Amino acid sequence: MPQVRPSIGLTWAQVNVQTTDVNLGHRVIGIFMAHPKIIVVGGGLAGLAATIKIAEMGGHVDLFSIVPVKRSHSVCAQGGINAAKNLKGEGDSCWQHFDDTIYGGDFLANQPPVQAMCDQAPGIIDLLDRMGVPFNRTPEGLLDFRRFGGTLYNRTAFAGATTGQQLLYALDEQVRRYEAEGKVTKYESWEFLSGVIDDHRTCHGICALDLRSMEVHTFPAEAVVMATGGNGAIFGKSTNSVVCTGSAQSALYQQGAFYANGEFIQVHPTCIPGEDKLRLMSESARGEGGRVWVPRQAGDKRNPRSIPDSERWYFLEEWYPKYGNLVPRDVATRAIFKVVYEHQLGIDGQPMVYLDLTHIDRKILDKKLEGILEIYEKFVGDDPRDTPMKIFPGMHYTMGGLWVDYDQRTNIEGLYACGECDYSIHGANRLGANSLMSCIYGGFVAGPNAVKYAHNVIKSGKHPAHHVFDSERKRQEEINHRLMHNDGTENPFLLWRELGELMTKNATVIRYNKNLQETDAKLVEMLERYRHVNLSDKSMWANTSFVFARQLFNMLQLARVIAQGAAMRDESRGAHYKPDFPERDDANWLKTTKAYFAADADEPRFEFEPVDTSLIKPRPRRYDAAT
Amino acid sequence: MANNKTVILRIKRQDTPEAKPRWEEFEIAHRPGMNVTSALMDVAANPVTRDGKATTPVTYDSNCLEEVCGSCAMIINGKARMACSALIDQLEQPISLEPFSKFPVIRDLSVDRSVLFENLKKVKAWVPIDGTYDLGDGPRQSVVDQEQLYPLSRCISCCCCMEACPQFNEKTGFVGAATISQVRLFNAHPTGKALKIERLQALMGDGGIQECGYAQNCVEVCPKDIPLTKSIADVGGQTMWQAVKDFFRT
Repeated sequence: MPQVRPSIGLTWAQVNVQTTDVNLGHRVIGIFMAHPKIIVVGGGLAGLAATIKIAEMGGHVDLFSIVPVKRSHSVCAQGGINAAKNLKGEGDSCWQHFDDTIYGGDFLANQPPVQAMCDQAPGIIDLLDRMGVPFNRTPEGLLDFRRFGGTLYNRTAFAGATTGQQLLYALDEQVRRYEAEGKVTKYESWEFLSGVIDDHRTCHGICALDLRSMEVHTFPAEAVVMATGGNGAIFGKSTNSVVCTGSAQSALYQQGAFYANGEFIQVHPTCIPGEDKLRLMSESARGEGGRVWVPRQAGDKRNPRSIPDSERWYFLEEWYPKYGNLVPRDVATRAIFKVVYEHQLGIDGQPMVYLDLTHIDRKILDKKLEGILEIYEKFVGDDPRDTPMKIFPGMHYTMGGLWVDYDQRTNIEGLYACGECDYSIHGANRLGANSLMSCIYGGFVAGPNAVKYAHNVIKSGKHPAHHVFDSERKRQEEINHRLMHNDGTENPFLLWRELGELMTKNATVIRYNKNLQETDAKLVEMLERYRHVNLSDKSMWANTSFVFARQLFNMLQLARVIAQGAAMRDESRGAHYKPDFPERDDANWLKTTKAYFAADADEPRFEFEPVDTSLIKPRPRRYDAAT
Repeated sequence: MANNKTVILRIKRQDTPEAKPRWEEFEIAHRPGMNVTSALMDVAANPVTRDGKATTPVTYDSNCLEEVCGSCAMIINGKARMACSALIDQLEQPISLEPFSKFPVIRDLSVDRSVLFENLKKVKAWVPIDGTYDLGDGPRQSVVDQEQLYPLSRCISCCCCMEACPQFNEKTGFVGAATISQVRLFNAHPTGKALKIERLQALMGDGGIQECGYAQNCVEVCPKDIPLTKSIADVGGQTMWQAVKDFFRT
């Protein structure tokens, strides 16, 4: 019967048995049994989706995650997941979903994969339903759908207001089933450090750090799938979880992977400012009828509920009559900035506006939004059923990420990417409730393609040389050694705070070239200061500040990609807004930014590639006079 | 708001799983809206004890910081709860932080809770779908059923219910409320109930559901207000019937 696990020592022993041989034995077995071994890094929705497909196809997955996979950042997604099931008699279609997504992304996304995702979305929802996700229901027992930003259709399936949590759990349960069958081996409490990549730009496995013993190991695999999520930590406080540093993507970028559209950062209009993070207040609050407003009178100190309608300014409804409070996030965020900074109408002179649900029946709120109302209640102390919430925009999502082709392949052979860590679906701005779908879709494409590739590797009979593994491990151990024995004066936590403030100020909602150039210069300076980081903890056991310092280096490198990419793109498109270049410029900038790392110069270089707009012709994106 | 208010933390620390625990006190500047995790971040940025001794940042588990990932469970002023939703202004000072006592300590406030995930494996806490290929719509479900299952599905695996349970210890090997509640969830699902018998049989015998002593601590500490005692009663009934059926079948 279940017991408290006798000792954690047992785990390392088991791990060591599996990892010390690098590794002819496994490979020979692999050939005879034709069970390719594939590494998946990241246990959020995308990673678990890839894992399930690989296991189902007969592959063996080594699943790496910093946290137990059930605690991945996907749990934070609240409002829902989009699919044009058209169960509300509105005539919704996959094409309409596709068009909304492309239009919402301001035509920057390559269209074929977006179309594929929208076409597969209804089937994915059915699958999730079969897996037991407790989606909200209609009286007839069918899936219920609600509205979200950037669409006029009720297209968003939801499980209360904790949809991400529920989807992650459903996939986690299926992965646990495969784990019990021996098809998945989990490496939880492991940090990805780098890919094991040979001189021919082929990936043969990964190098990872045991977050307890602090030992570095290499792990071979026929293919590697990256599903390492977002990079919110580069902006200090964001809606992201602690693990969302972008460190893994940055490490691969520094090893030769392209990083695409890094400058496209989504700032979510409605967050609860906090001391440790910005907590998301889901778009579903507006999908269920929530209204954004400020008092018309600057400095109005009255209780918001006593302010009559005529003295409230529902600025989103006024400026965008058709979409109202459900304009896309970049549009809503800029509107709030305008009201707060140009009109000086923030509540009480503070950078905050009201998000008001108090006109909605409490019972409906409890059924459809309980999870998020509970967050507001617990962390702010007010009941949003009685008092309008005070919210402000905050860094939320990166549209940019590792460059992938339509098969989710990076430019490094054998290396795939899916979910938020890849750039492919959302263009210049992501629509709400499309992220969960893009994670699962991406995993469902990456997984099978990785298996196909792995079979070819096995057939070819080629094996990587041992020294590829050894030299990567040594390279990482040297980095660790240097960091451990530094005796400078820089504090990594304070350096990180500086980074966050710098990036939030200059590289989020409103961007100026001068500030971006200064930001990059500052980042170079911070990278120099990083060399003098002195850790207050030099122990070799579960040393979290050491791990954080390693992540910080990668954050600084990736921040340069974001800042320089933004500086270069002289136009305004989706989330990227420059007052000096207020229009979208398709003639010059309808193209994907691809950053690569010039190791000799220790800096990013850029090239550009045309966007595939073969299915929907670009048209002006106007939510104030929507066509 | 400039004030000179400070926050005093008493933290039980332990360098390795084998090391002897010790207490350290920290005094940090107070800011409105602080929670325990932001206080621990402040300690990490300046790891100096109250009496001026340089020390190391405190190791603790955390991730989402909005009480949905289940990472940052610890004992705060004697109570098992999540550190992110523990607001400093609502806590009596000095604030004491300790690791869970019934799980192996990894370091400081971080413990190994993988036993819960192992238990979920044993009770087959999943819906046995045929495959991920397209098989059309899922089973219809009434609003009433959805409303009953959804709260059970919000369990964040924090293990507070297990820490607080007097029966959860090495002597009984009790599986704990979280796992039992998941059995209730999957046994009630139209497809999930295909594994009902196996799940109930896994809950019989040593460490099984009969170890519950009805102390009701679990439901009191659950940060998600999951009706755990109701789950235990429900699954207890199911298990008893199964035992009777098994008896007559043999």
